[in-house]
Amino acid sequence: MQIYLPIADMPVDIFLVLGMGLAVGFISGMFGIGGGFLMTPLLIFIGISPAVAVASVSSHIAASSFTGALTHWRRDAIDTTLALMLLAAGIIGTATGVWLFTMLRALDQLDLMIGLSYVTLLTVVGAMMIYESLRAELRARRGLSATPRRPGSHTWVHGLPFKMRFKRSRIYVSAIPIWGIGFSIGFIGAVMGIGGGFLLVPMLIYVLRVPTALVIGTSMVLTLITMASATVMHAATNHLVDAVLALLLMIGGVVGAQFGARTGQTMRGERLRLLLGLLVFAVGLRFAYELAVRPEDLYSLRHGGGG
Amino acid sequence: MMHALALIAAFALTLCFAGPAAAERLVVSLSNHRIAVTSNFVGENVVLFGTVEPDAGRTSLRSAYDVVVTVTGPLQTLRTRRKGRVAGLWVNVASREFVNVPSYLAILSNRPVADIAKPDVLRRLQVGLDNFLLPQRIGPDIADTVRDDPFRVAFVRLQMQQRLYRQSDHAVTFLTPSVFRATIALPANAPTGDYAIDVKLFAGGEPVARATSALEVIKAGFEQFVADAAREHGVVYGFATALMALFIGWLASVVFRRD
Repeated sequence: MQIYLPIADMPVDIFLVLGMGLAVGFISGMFGIGGGFLMTPLLIFIGISPAVAVASVSSHIAASSFTGALTHWRRDAIDTTLALMLLAAGIIGTATGVWLFTMLRALDQLDLMIGLSYVTLLTVVGAMMIYESLRAELRARRGLSATPRRPGSHTWVHGLPFKMRFKRSRIYVSAIPIWGIGFSIGFIGAVMGIGGGFLLVPMLIYVLRVPTALVIGTSMVLTLITMASATVMHAATNHLVDAVLALLLMIGGVVGAQFGARTGQTMRGERLRLLLGLLVFAVGLRFAYELAVRPEDLYSLRHGGGG
Repeated sequence: MMHALALIAAFALTLCFAGPAAAERLVVSLSNHRIAVTSNFVGENVVLFGTVEPDAGRTSLRSAYDVVVTVTGPLQTLRTRRKGRVAGLWVNVASREFVNVPSYLAILSNRPVADIAKPDVLRRLQVGLDNFLLPQRIGPDIADTVRDDPFRVAFVRLQMQQRLYRQSDHAVTFLTPSVFRATIALPANAPTGDYAIDVKLFAGGEPVARATSALEVIKAGFEQFVADAAREHGVVYGFATALMALFIGWLASVVFRRD
C-alpha cells in the first residue's frame, strides 16, 4: 500500500517504512542508541533525499528514545544527574559542531569528510567493543568475574580533579571527563548528523565505568532531548521534516523499541556489548566498502546549486 | 546569457512556423489540466487529443502528418557529479551544474524523431532529447554542450532512470489521418508546478503548424496542508512533530506496560 509523502515529494510503501521503523526501533531499545546511523542510510536507500531523511529521522529517534526512557524510568535505571551534566556539555558541543559544519561546507569535500569520519568512528568503536566484550565473555567462561576491575578500579581518568559523586551509578569521578564526553557527543552529532548514542554508550561504560544497566536509560534521556530539539531546529530552519514519514517511522519505532528494551534487559551486559560492537563494526565496513570499491555509477545528481 | 538563448530560440521558432499562408491549423485538448497530488498519488496519465484542420488558403489535408509533443516541467538547477579515485578512495572529483533545466521532460512522437525531419530542422526546433537545450554552467559561461558530452549523457541517463525524462516514438497514435492522441505519463515523483506542452505538426519533413497547452501538478487536501504548514509555520510545525513523537512514545509505553 502506497502513501505519498508531502515533504519528501514521493510515494512510499507504508508497510516497508513501518517495518524499517520496527527493526531499527528494536535495535535502539535494546542497546539504548538512537539508531540514526542505521535509519538515515536506509531511508536514502529507498530514494528519500538525504536532507529530508536526516531531518525526519530526528523525530523518529525522539519517539523511540522517549518510550525506551519511560520503560527504564519505571525500572529506576536512569542516572538523571549524570544525564543532565552530559546534556549541558552536549549543547555547547552541538553549537561548536554546527559552526564547523558551516565552515566545512565552503570546501567541496564535505561528503568525503563525513564518509571518512563514519568509517573511522564506526570501525574503531565497533572493534574496541568486540575485543573488550569477547575478553569479558572468555573470563566469564573460565569462571572468573566478568568485570574483574570494576570495584575500585582506577585509571588516569580517576586521578582528575573536581570529583563528583553520582549516587545512582555508584561512581565517584571528575567532572572533566563527563564534560569532555558530553561535548564530543554534541560536536560529532552536529557534524555527522547523528544522535551519537553508539558513541556515548561505550564511553559511559569504559571511561566512566557506569554500570551497563544504567547506561542505556541515561543515554536515552540524552538522545531524547537532543533529538527533540533537533526536530524543532530542522523544521524551523530548512523546513524538511516530513511529518507523515516521521509518523510512520515512529509507530514502527516505538513498538520495536518496547520489545528491544525487554530483550536487552534479559541479556548479560557483555553479550549486549558484543552484539552492539558487531553491529557498529558491520555498518562501518559498509561505509568503507562504499569508499573503496568502484561505484556502479560514477555519476550522481544533486539538487540545487552551490555546495 | 540565458535570456539571449531563449530569445534566439523563440525567434527561430517564429521564423519556422510563420511559413506560407497555405497551412494547417492544429487544435489540441487535454483530458485534465490539473493533477492533484493526494496521499494515494502514484502517478497519472494525461491524454492529449489533437486534430489537424485546413486553414486559410488550403482546402484539403495532406496525406501524412507527423506529431511531436514536448512536455516540460518546472525549471530547476541540478548538479551532476562524477566520482573518481583519489588515494584509493572513490570520491566526487568533478561536477557540472545544469542551470534552469526542466525537472520533467517528455518527448512523444508517432515515429522516431530522426525519421520525421532532417537533423538541422530538428536541431533548430529543439525536437528530441538530443536536440533539447540543457544549459550548463561552464566556468563563467552558461551554454549547452555537444550531445555526447559525458556530463550531459549522464544527466539525461540519470533523469531517465528516475522516469523524469523520457522519449517515446510510439506515445502518439493517429486515430484517423488527421486526429491523434498522445499519452503523457506523469510518474509519482513528478515535481509540483506548471508544465508546458508544445505540439509540433510536421508534413513531408517540414514544420507546418504548432499548438501549445499547459497543465499543473498541485498538492491537494492533506498533502497541501502539511506542505504549507512546514513551509509557512516552521517552528510551530517542528514543535507539533516533536510533541507527536513524545505522545506516540508515551502511548507505546502505556500500551505495552506489563508491570
